[in-house]
Amino acid sequence: MLRWIRQQLGFDPPHQSDTRTVYIANRFPQHGHYIPQRFADNRIISSKYTIWNFIPKNLFEQFRRIANFYFLIIFLVQLMIDTPTSPVTSGLPLFFVITVTAIKQGYEDWLRHKADNEVNGAPVFVVRSGSLVQTRSKNIRVGDIVRVAKDETFPADLVLLSSERAEGTCHITTTSLDGETNLKIHYAVPETAVSQSVSQLEALQAVVECQQPEPDLYRFVGRITVTQYGEEIVRPLGPENLLLRGARLKNTKEIYGVAVYTGMESKMALNYKCKSQKRSAVEKSMNTFLIIYLVILLFEAVLSTILKYAWQAEEKWDEPFYNQKTETERNSSKILQFISDFLAFLVLYNFIIPISLYVTVEMQKFLGSFFIGWDLDLYHEESDQKAQVNTSDLNEELGQVEYVFTDKTGTLTENEMQFRECSINGVKYQEINSRLVPEGMTEDVLDAGSVSHLSREEELFLKAVSLCHTVQISYDQADGVSDPFSHANGFTCQMEYYASSPDEKALVEATKRMGIAFAGSNGENMEIKTFGKSEKYKLLHVLEFDPNRRRMSVILQTPSGEKVLFTKGAESSILPYTKSGEIEKTRVHVDEFALKGLRTLVVAYRLFSAEEYKEVDKRIQEARTALQQREERLIDAFNFIEKDLKLLGATGVEDKLQEKVQETIEALRLAGIKVWVLTGDKHETAVSVSLSCGHFHRTMNILELVQQKSDHECAEQLRRLARRIKEDHVIQHGLVVDGASLSLALREHEKLFMEVCKNCSAVICCRMAPLQKAKVVRLLKTSPEKPITLAIGDGANDVSMIQEAHVGIGIMGKEGRQAVRNSDYAIARFKFLAKLLLVHGHFYYIRIATLVQYFFYKNVCFITPQFLYQFFCLFSQQTLYDSVYLTLYNICFTSLPILVYSLFEQLVHPHILQSKPALYRDISKNSLLSFKTFLYWTILGFCHAFVFFFGCYILMGEDTSLMGNGQILRANRQLMFGNWTFGTLVFTVMVITVTLKLALETHFWTWMNHFVTWGSIAFYFIFSLFYGGIIWPFLHTQDMYFVFVQLLSSGSAWFAIIVIVITCLFPDVIKKVFYRHLHPTSTQKSQCNEAYQGIACMDSVSCFPEGRGICGFLERLKRANRSWSDSDPFSSNDHSVLTLSPVEASHC
Amino acid sequence: MKTERSMANRPDNTAFTQQRLPAWQPILSAGIVIPGFTLIGLAFIGIGVALFVTSHNIKMLERDYTGSSNDSNCLQCTNPTTNCVCAVNFSFSELFEGPVFFYYALSNYYQNYRSYGVSVDPNQLVGQTQYIQSPESTCSPYQKDSSGKSIVPCGSIANSMFNDSFKLYQIVNGQKMPVPFDRKGIAWWTDYNVKYRNPAPVNGSFAQAFAGTTKPINWPSPVYELDPNDPANNGFLNQDFLVWMRRAALPNFRKLYGRITGGVYADGLPAGNYTLEINYNYPVQSFDGKKTVVFTNVSWMGGKNQFLGIAYLVMGSLCVVMAIVMLIVYAKFKFSDDDSA
Repeated sequence: MLRWIRQQLGFDPPHQSDTRTVYIANRFPQHGHYIPQRFADNRIISSKYTIWNFIPKNLFEQFRRIANFYFLIIFLVQLMIDTPTSPVTSGLPLFFVITVTAIKQGYEDWLRHKADNEVNGAPVFVVRSGSLVQTRSKNIRVGDIVRVAKDETFPADLVLLSSERAEGTCHITTTSLDGETNLKIHYAVPETAVSQSVSQLEALQAVVECQQPEPDLYRFVGRITVTQYGEEIVRPLGPENLLLRGARLKNTKEIYGVAVYTGMESKMALNYKCKSQKRSAVEKSMNTFLIIYLVILLFEAVLSTILKYAWQAEEKWDEPFYNQKTETERNSSKILQFISDFLAFLVLYNFIIPISLYVTVEMQKFLGSFFIGWDLDLYHEESDQKAQVNTSDLNEELGQVEYVFTDKTGTLTENEMQFRECSINGVKYQEINSRLVPEGMTEDVLDAGSVSHLSREEELFLKAVSLCHTVQISYDQADGVSDPFSHANGFTCQMEYYASSPDEKALVEATKRMGIAFAGSNGENMEIKTFGKSEKYKLLHVLEFDPNRRRMSVILQTPSGEKVLFTKGAESSILPYTKSGEIEKTRVHVDEFALKGLRTLVVAYRLFSAEEYKEVDKRIQEARTALQQREERLIDAFNFIEKDLKLLGATGVEDKLQEKVQETIEALRLAGIKVWVLTGDKHETAVSVSLSCGHFHRTMNILELVQQKSDHECAEQLRRLARRIKEDHVIQHGLVVDGASLSLALREHEKLFMEVCKNCSAVICCRMAPLQKAKVVRLLKTSPEKPITLAIGDGANDVSMIQEAHVGIGIMGKEGRQAVRNSDYAIARFKFLAKLLLVHGHFYYIRIATLVQYFFYKNVCFITPQFLYQFFCLFSQQTLYDSVYLTLYNICFTSLPILVYSLFEQLVHPHILQSKPALYRDISKNSLLSFKTFLYWTILGFCHAFVFFFGCYILMGEDTSLMGNGQILRANRQLMFGNWTFGTLVFTVMVITVTLKLALETHFWTWMNHFVTWGSIAFYFIFSLFYGGIIWPFLHTQDMYFVFVQLLSSGSAWFAIIVIVITCLFPDVIKKVFYRHLHPTSTQKSQCNEAYQGIACMDSVSCFPEGRGICGFLERLKRANRSWSDSDPFSSNDHSVLTLSPVEASHC
Repeated sequence: MKTERSMANRPDNTAFTQQRLPAWQPILSAGIVIPGFTLIGLAFIGIGVALFVTSHNIKMLERDYTGSSNDSNCLQCTNPTTNCVCAVNFSFSELFEGPVFFYYALSNYYQNYRSYGVSVDPNQLVGQTQYIQSPESTCSPYQKDSSGKSIVPCGSIANSMFNDSFKLYQIVNGQKMPVPFDRKGIAWWTDYNVKYRNPAPVNGSFAQAFAGTTKPINWPSPVYELDPNDPANNGFLNQDFLVWMRRAALPNFRKLYGRITGGVYADGLPAGNYTLEINYNYPVQSFDGKKTVVFTNVSWMGGKNQFLGIAYLVMGSLCVVMAIVMLIVYAKFKFSDDDSA
């Protein structure tokens, strides 16, 4: 949006070309036509507003909300035509709502401004006119040469020109960008790497050409042309040459780089995503209800208008002698009259749309979400991480989840890899006491063998494993000394491996234990130590891992000068390309490993002849320097290289299950939530992990849809499965699908597949690509029942699924923070999911559902008497209540109790919710906001309104019957009640009833609930006395002067208020009691048990001074409840558990 | 050192953050509701009986004097003639206990019509001279008369002020003995003393304060001559005017005309024959209205209102009945397996 405006205003040049040309140090060519390109400056603007545009822009954004816009229209109508209420009545609440929202947004933006200023004002060193100049970060332009010192962050996206190291490398960490903690090496082009001083840089003539900015952190395509001695040298530039803004320089004293992307065009800024626009089911129903109310409003307005004209057809009602019209009124056009009457009725009834609903809901969500972060039960001590709420919009959605899609690695498991077994050349080995022990051989035999005795195959295998990776080494005392090799020689024990993939780390650590230790790499050489003997391999190329190829390779020159390729990857992506080695045996072993739940990798190698290598080198160079379609060409080149492999063996790495995964999955299942595991692992691995974590049961009938090759076959298999499910529906079914079959099934047979899935209680999808995960989620999400889905994962490969699902949960794991950043909620461990859903989700849902229903209810109560009054005032749009009451009803008299309720309500004690997951089913399918409940609340509202109005009407009689006899006023006279008195009586009854109705709904009375509930009623009385007790100089009429006092001075008014309030609440109480005892929901049963137990409140009650009294009360309650709950088989079950605590109960 | 740092993110363990605030958790179960309902029910029945009896003891006499039926002697007055006087006769067989309140009542009369209600200038009624000289346009069409003089008090409400007057006589031995109405203090105390103010007299003359204005179209006399008998009861502080200006909430309403408190009638109206002489001015036939006069006395709870007592009785009995129904349901479960409670 901002970019668009800036572009329109000409700040940002439209991007004409696909590439940008950056002249280093902005030395533009002297000759030829050069049109300088315009680039964004280096200011980071994360704030949305400036002081100047805050008011218009914020207002514009707020009025894009339909409800706010509606009230604006009402306000404008009131300003334009003669309406029954003054514009203030709707203007003030609107102003209040807008102001509260604006203050909140303004504050948030102020924080962003502060952060921006800090970043933009940070001092940086730039090479300008031959010397190093200190300036502010925001002044960096594209083309500037920037100096960055150790442990500083890069102020813009820089192409590395040189570092203080001779070979032009530097280490950086990108923790703040993607959360990866490992050190990464970045390189300078050799031609520029020599320019290590300012003067040398000054002399550098170079041009960088690169693509236009794009958000992908791991993609950068460009080339640098260096003019040396009149000769132009072209070098490719890739992500390894680019230093991203936000990353930090490590282990390197200083570097020089040229800024290519600055400010809002840097990759970090492009990755600032707008918050996800997910909307919760509650919000959707809320909007539906709003529309229904809008229809009711229109209906009432139309009906009133029509009735008005029906009445006015008779002269005597239209214009009785006492109420003559003016000339202009008589002469005005009938149609205009009709329209203006309709609008006037619209204004009169407009309060039926609850204006403060949105702002209350927003406050509730914003404040309520703190409870998640505060929860000690969601705090993980080992990693010192608490739950994190990235969006508060979805709190209640946590209570509605029907499907959970979970990643396996790092989510169900610890992602802490332990090397367990391997297969070398067709022989299985196990690691025992840091030694490889072939299968079948006992330890004794091995003890006899010499330490350094490794067969040639074993050694090659281990070397391959220890060389084919991207692991980095960090030294504990790396400060000051930056060359990895100087350290590696002596203090190997102090080094620690860092890897983005935990598998690689586990493997490298394992080979180190076995004697072949990886000692470091500097970008050109890799060093390993075979039993202490150092060997240096020249690193020629790295063929990086990507999830589609599912393998990675390195090309090395061995000390003896051979060129060799080592490859490691998933067995499905390597075995097809092998042509020699113990392929069949290895395949069997891999399957066996997988059955044990190990993660498997296959290792292979290939020797190049000199000609072959030349070809390989050429292809890679070409692909890497290509400016267009580089990725595709690289993949082509890689595929050309990674073939004709010789199989070395396979590794099996164990990933430990996280604690309490089984319990959590079981709890979710009891709560009626279906759990799907989506994983990239092998079929067998996935199934065995599933079994061990309780996702699959031994008793389950496991159906398989794997390795389907054709559409037809797939459909056939699906039909077979569907039949099998139908045949025996007694036992539970589990389904296993693999990625390939899934894409077939999704392409043509979605319905059939859904049919099968829905009947399975557990589903595993293995061998899934990230996008496929999202596709599965979307499939379920858009299926006819529209279930609420939740996706949970920890890695970058889960991001698409997390974003796709209704609720996305990130696990703060080891695979970076990408998932956490893109999630709606982040937790440290999978087991926290149970509390998050069963307790927090349940609470939030109940709170917000009641909040929404109550809001509609109280506004129906509010405005229906006004509607009814029209029948008694000839539809003349006379208001029943005074304007001030109309204005303050929603913002003062009835706002706080519901807000406090919606923050603190607890229907059942959290422990019970967690120990009885089945209670979650009580609120599933948005049950508290179903149309039936909505209807109940609305009808209740209408009924109450009728009772208020007609109760007062009859009691008021002909204006005299309610008059005080003056005993209170100490004057013996009988006085008149006017129309305002009548309205105030109705209003008083209403405020009390509406507040007490909420009190009836409240189950959890903290001191705050007491304070606001009784406080609201008291406030109403005090306010009314005050408001009616003074002649307000700025008010036009003094309609309400002393009206409230007159009302209260009448004894029968008090009697009337009491009887009307009781009449309203009486049926509700009856209904509640009978429902509770005749058709209790399981939630209500647990409430009984809770009270019966008398314990739940023990810890809390005892802190109350009058705790004793309450305990006594609970005791009585308990006795009262026992008989009800005992008769019930369901609860007697729980009962037996809960009676274990009589001791506690007897404390009181 | 390490452990200290690693706890930095640990949330506070307080009752508030952990949602463990001490709380009272009532449950609407039969255990509370049955005794509760019984208590409320009994209390309501008690109040209901008291209210009902009190209301029953209140005497009320209503007489329609619209003159729409042939037997009424006000029939002659329905033709618009000025100064028509008719009478309503009635008698009491026993003492009508005092203090007796006397009302006039109108039906089908919409004082709550919005355009009627806003047709008034509040600033005028607090005696502000500038508004007396030029009333606000809200008073239209009773803002200015045809000659352009401003109307005081302006607006529909004032213009339509009720202008029938009543005289009550007791017939003692064929002699008419006047029964005096106390017409003081029939308006709200605050209306009389605070809300409405007369303009300050100009040159010592109250009428001068209204110079250059004219009376409302329907009025026989200007506002400063409303009560010829009592100069203090004139202007905007005329009691009848104040009563009229307080708009009724509903189309059928009563307004207080006076009380009978004086002399021999302080204890009420003794048994005997009475006649009420009516100065019939106010037209109601055009909108099918009715005019009624009402004599009533009051009790501690106000005027006659059967409904309040009945409402209490009904609610009270309902509560008790429901308590019994619940008790039956409750007992059925209760005694089946546990009679200790």
